[in-house]
Amino acid sequence: MSFEIPDDKGYQETHEWAVRENGTVRVGISDFAQDELGDVVFVEFPDVGEALDASEEFGVIESIKAVSDLYSPVSGEVTATNDDLIDAPELVNESPYDDGWMLELDPADETELDDLLSADEYREQVE
Amino acid sequence: MTRTPPLSEHHADRGAKVTEFGGWEMPVQFDSINAEHESVRASVGKFDVSHMSQIEVTGPDAATLTDRLVTNPVTDLNADRAGYGAITDSAGTMLDDTITYRLTDDRLLFVPNAGHDEEMAERWRTHRDDWELNAKVENATTDWGMFAVQGPDAADALAAAASTDGNGSGRAASGDERNGRNDRASIRDLPFFAVREATIAGVTCLLARTGYTGEDGFELLCPADEAERVWEVFDCQPCGLGARDTLRIEAGFLLSGQDFDPETEPRTPYEAGIGFAVSLDSDFVGRDALAAVAEDGPAERLTGFELTDRGVPRHGYPITDPEGTEIGTVTSGTMSPSLRTPIGMGYLPAAYAAGEREGDEEIAVTIRGERKRARIEALPFIDT
Repeated sequence: MSFEIPDDKGYQETHEWAVRENGTVRVGISDFAQDELGDVVFVEFPDVGEALDASEEFGVIESIKAVSDLYSPVSGEVTATNDDLIDAPELVNESPYDDGWMLELDPADETELDDLLSADEYREQVE
Repeated sequence: MTRTPPLSEHHADRGAKVTEFGGWEMPVQFDSINAEHESVRASVGKFDVSHMSQIEVTGPDAATLTDRLVTNPVTDLNADRAGYGAITDSAGTMLDDTITYRLTDDRLLFVPNAGHDEEMAERWRTHRDDWELNAKVENATTDWGMFAVQGPDAADALAAAASTDGNGSGRAASGDERNGRNDRASIRDLPFFAVREATIAGVTCLLARTGYTGEDGFELLCPADEAERVWEVFDCQPCGLGARDTLRIEAGFLLSGQDFDPETEPRTPYEAGIGFAVSLDSDFVGRDALAAVAEDGPAERLTGFELTDRGVPRHGYPITDPEGTEIGTVTSGTMSPSLRTPIGMGYLPAAYAAGEREGDEEIAVTIRGERKRARIEALPFIDT
């Protein structure tokens, strides 16, 4: 089984991805992570305006069979959350890198993005 | 040492994800729990349930012995019928639940849950010796593969499977032509909770109109070394234990070891809502204790609820009354794939049991320290 791991994103060992996008950092979970979880049925995110540290727990994702914590890849203030996932959590399964995104952050320190795993490094971890 | 079903490699090749359950490594999901669940509600799906135990009891006292250990007597059953009952200790606490197939007058096969096989075989042998009965008790769990074919189209799937010899030809196997037992009509007409021999894919199987999904369906037992041939003849969605769990929760069915367990959740059949499977006219271990419970009614009952706040109720989460006082614990819960709502069950004081307070009783489930509102719902959650 091979998983989609786009080169433009940075990854955490805990399977979240982050990417720079129009001055913010967008965050979600990897294709591997959604496949491991199976059918996603519930997500819980922080409020807009909340400040997160890198690797801080920012929410919870639940599939039918599992509950998993989510960890922020970088530090920053939450500027948006993907409210579509409240009624359609299955978007995380269907489109983990696009429609299934989770947070947007105003990054406190953009160099933290460089500390994340590259696509190749992350691929080594999951394969 | 984890046990594996006869088809474990076959399932792995099909991409199944596995989980450990009752000491067995079983497929939890083949494709998606939601998709598998939906197949069973809308058409038909097949499950490998070879982790279930099979104990054969034979001999002149086979039925007498079993009647004294199960809450629902099998001597009331005609040969070729199955019955559902609980196995209780002398206090009336459920040790397990089981379906017993009465194959002939002196040959029974009962199906305890995964990992209970040696314990139950030993329980039968010990009591046989104490009561000086004449019966042979054999743990046949590894001899059999067990599959469930479930859903509104299950009868079509069985009729089609019975008409093939497993080699891709549509003709009936020659043995069937001799005894005529396999005609499609008779499989379709197999009554609920009836059991018979049937030739499926050219393999002699035990076929029963039973299941644990809330849908029409069949369970079949086949020799372990013929399991692949029988499994493969069913051209429908393979389903794992994940969908089996969501389906049985929607149907309000109990999971042994979770909704009741002699160690962690000791409950009587009345508390667990299966009083219908207790015959107090029968003389079984636990009968007197249960007669006393029946007289007064159980103090707590397994009660269904639906979360009205967002969240997913899961095993072990506390249930509170509107004031926040803990009144019970979730024994089973999930996001219902059919209803698209979070549902669960737990033992609550009898005053909360569905009925007069159904629908309007606000209780709450504590999820990660937060109280999520819920309301009482009658079981089952879906029409079965």
